[in-house]
Amino acid sequence: MPIKSYLAHPHKGKKEYLIQALSAIDECEVLPAENVEVIILVTETDTRQEEADLKEKLEAIPSLKLLAMVSGFDTPKN
Amino acid sequence: MYRSLYTNRRSFIKKMAVLSAMTAAAGMFPGIVFAEEQERGIPTDANLDWKKAPCRFCGVGCGVLVGTENGRAVAVKGDPKSPVNKGLCCVKGYHSIMALYGKDRLTKPLVKKNGTYVETSMEEALDLVASKMKETIADHGKDAVSIYGSGQWTIPDGYVASKLFKGCIGTNNVEANARLCMATAVTGFLTSFGLDEPMGCYEDIDHANTFVLWGNNMAEMHPVLFSRLLDQRLRRGAKIIDFATRTTRTSMAADKSILFNPQTDLAVANAICHEIVNNGWVNTEFVKEHCNFSKGLTQMGYGLEDHYKFTDKPESITFEDYKAFLADYAPEKVARLAGVSVKDIKYLAAHFGDPNKKVMSLWCMGMNQHSRGTWINNLVYNIHLLTGKISSPGNSPFSLTGQPSACGTVREVGTLTHKLPHGVVMNKEHREFAAKIWGVPVENIPAKPTYHTVEMFRALDRGDIRFMWIQVTNPMVTMPKLKRYRDGAKKEGRFIVVSDIYPTPTTDIADVILPSAMWIEREGLYGNSERRTQYFEQMLEPPGEAMSDTWQLVEVAKRLGYEKQFHYGRESHIEEIYNEYRKHHEGKKHNMAPLEVLKSQPGALWPYVDGKSTKWRFNAKYDPACSNGKDFHFYGKKDGKAVIWQRPYEPAAEEPDSEYPFWLGTGRVVEHWHTGSMTRRIPVLHQAMPHSYVELNPGDAKRMQIRTGDKVRLTTRRGKIVLPASVNERGVPAPMQVFVPFFDENMLINDITLDSFCPISKEPDYKKCAVKVEKA
Repeated sequence: MPIKSYLAHPHKGKKEYLIQALSAIDECEVLPAENVEVIILVTETDTRQEEADLKEKLEAIPSLKLLAMVSGFDTPKN
Repeated sequence: MYRSLYTNRRSFIKKMAVLSAMTAAAGMFPGIVFAEEQERGIPTDANLDWKKAPCRFCGVGCGVLVGTENGRAVAVKGDPKSPVNKGLCCVKGYHSIMALYGKDRLTKPLVKKNGTYVETSMEEALDLVASKMKETIADHGKDAVSIYGSGQWTIPDGYVASKLFKGCIGTNNVEANARLCMATAVTGFLTSFGLDEPMGCYEDIDHANTFVLWGNNMAEMHPVLFSRLLDQRLRRGAKIIDFATRTTRTSMAADKSILFNPQTDLAVANAICHEIVNNGWVNTEFVKEHCNFSKGLTQMGYGLEDHYKFTDKPESITFEDYKAFLADYAPEKVARLAGVSVKDIKYLAAHFGDPNKKVMSLWCMGMNQHSRGTWINNLVYNIHLLTGKISSPGNSPFSLTGQPSACGTVREVGTLTHKLPHGVVMNKEHREFAAKIWGVPVENIPAKPTYHTVEMFRALDRGDIRFMWIQVTNPMVTMPKLKRYRDGAKKEGRFIVVSDIYPTPTTDIADVILPSAMWIEREGLYGNSERRTQYFEQMLEPPGEAMSDTWQLVEVAKRLGYEKQFHYGRESHIEEIYNEYRKHHEGKKHNMAPLEVLKSQPGALWPYVDGKSTKWRFNAKYDPACSNGKDFHFYGKKDGKAVIWQRPYEPAAEEPDSEYPFWLGTGRVVEHWHTGSMTRRIPVLHQAMPHSYVELNPGDAKRMQIRTGDKVRLTTRRGKIVLPASVNERGVPAPMQVFVPFFDENMLINDITLDSFCPISKEPDYKKCAVKVEKA
């Protein structure tokens, strides 16, 4: 099932809130940029349902302005 | 059952996902820093000395910063100042320094005595190499000695090799493994434009609206550049079209994936031209001003026999002749042969035909390792020339390379049998020019080329060559129809010297093994795919008695009596050699940047004129060498015009039949660089991809009751091999095709490949032969 990477853009001044919110979600790993208001987000889910649930959780984060997908690998979990 | 290929696949893919995102971010925010990822593993109390270098691995030429501490490389990160990778690296680049520290590094010279290798000193080993060369020349003539290098040779390595063998000894027995990977790109450029190497640069990526990938799995082979393509899609909506024989990660990431039957890219390229001509999409003014039309010989054969020779006989034709030729390539006629729908052919053609779209074609081994490779290179140039989409930002036919200095050393220094640093051995003026700089009598340089790579190993087998010095390459993994050449190299009366950093199947055939200094353990220069020359200083001491390939050659040259030509000082030799080499390329068409410039910045593109890199050659707006007063000047040809070639479809040398019903293609994987002699010694990469495999189409696998991990026997007319199956994992071949990576020295797929080659470039076709597939 999918492993995807995104560039997550926070609302102005909300980068730390966004890092915290994303870090609290099990399926998410974050890698914040040091000097720019952008965060790399990598998600990993096992089922289509999990993927749909995650999408809902992400859309509900108030500090998230824009989520732009960069890559998606649909790979079997051995 | 074999263990699954992908024990750590998910963690590895996560890493790839992060790298893709970092690349995209770097494109959007130049100078962006992800300190956590880039400096992971660096000791917190480290006091590192960071120095720049081009990456050791592929031909993209990413800039890296290497952190050293107490004489050891301990960290690596992308160089944010490098316009190539803008601070990013792929997984191989990030782990590159680990390749310096494999447990079995060669540190002492080894000489074979009574069947076993005995340690000796470097002085004695070099004495032995020189004496064996003298003895061989005395007994069998100068054409009995040879050197075989690679696109991993630094520029000074290749330069002194060519000077020693061609200028001093007087034999053209100089070849390099780049013959196996981009000789076709060279002949493609030379026949169409009269000068080698891409006219554009990586900056084209930032301008193109459409990227057409011709049999090029960029997501795995050129991941940093591919990330730049993905970034442009994200930012500007650029389209990526993957035109290939196999579904890969590139296909999955592309906007459109079009599969074609092996070898039929020739027919589809002509069909695209047919559409361009018949839909009125020809840039008439550009073609009239800047192009000629020609045709060459056909039915050339495939080079399967020893002593095969071919010389093309170009003949001028008219546009009307060319148009009549294309009538056979209407999409409706080509679709069935190619397995590509009429709609998809027209879709491809429309991207090129749209005057409002800038189009970049990218290719690598799919088009180059092709028994009609020069032709398919010509045909892609035809498409760009007919539409005038060339030599301007975003309009760019771009041939990628796979080795860090395939362009810089093999193509520019000219370490191929027919080449000189400037020009070819067949040209008297070029020989005179080289001889003057080298300080040798012009009579020393023979006017005839001798052996291209396949024929050189055939000559070794036959006994025409008796001495071969192999540096920084692994032909006993990479030669097609390998068994013949391995057996030939082991025959009595052959003397093989191998310079390398690790034991390989090639050191196994050596009489003398010389330990080499690797990459930043010596000073050097590489030249990448976009004509960028990059310098790196020596940052570390090589282990034991390991010595740079350049200095090994200098030492042997002196022992052979060429002290006058090899007068370089030990501390200053790289600078002296580079400055001497630059003389060969003086002038606006190929001037190389001064060394001090290369030391101060992440490389420069040649021609480097008036303190500036030339980004787009042949375009008067950017290229100071244009002198015809027009907007474009293809000055590689005497009349200043590029050539549109009439090249037909012809079948491959060996196609599937009732006995061998599948196609076999070979290639690479993202984790390993070429034969894996370095990357297989990097634990994380080795664990991610521990051994080779055979990819099958899921339908074929189901019919044959083969599952992932099952043993599969592949049989060709050259032999048999057993490999574990991979079904629906990474790549998915089309029905009745199989794919095998070649990195695994324990599963030598080249034992069963075919040594057919393009008659013009002499580059073998590793992508096509017939094979029988059985569950073992």
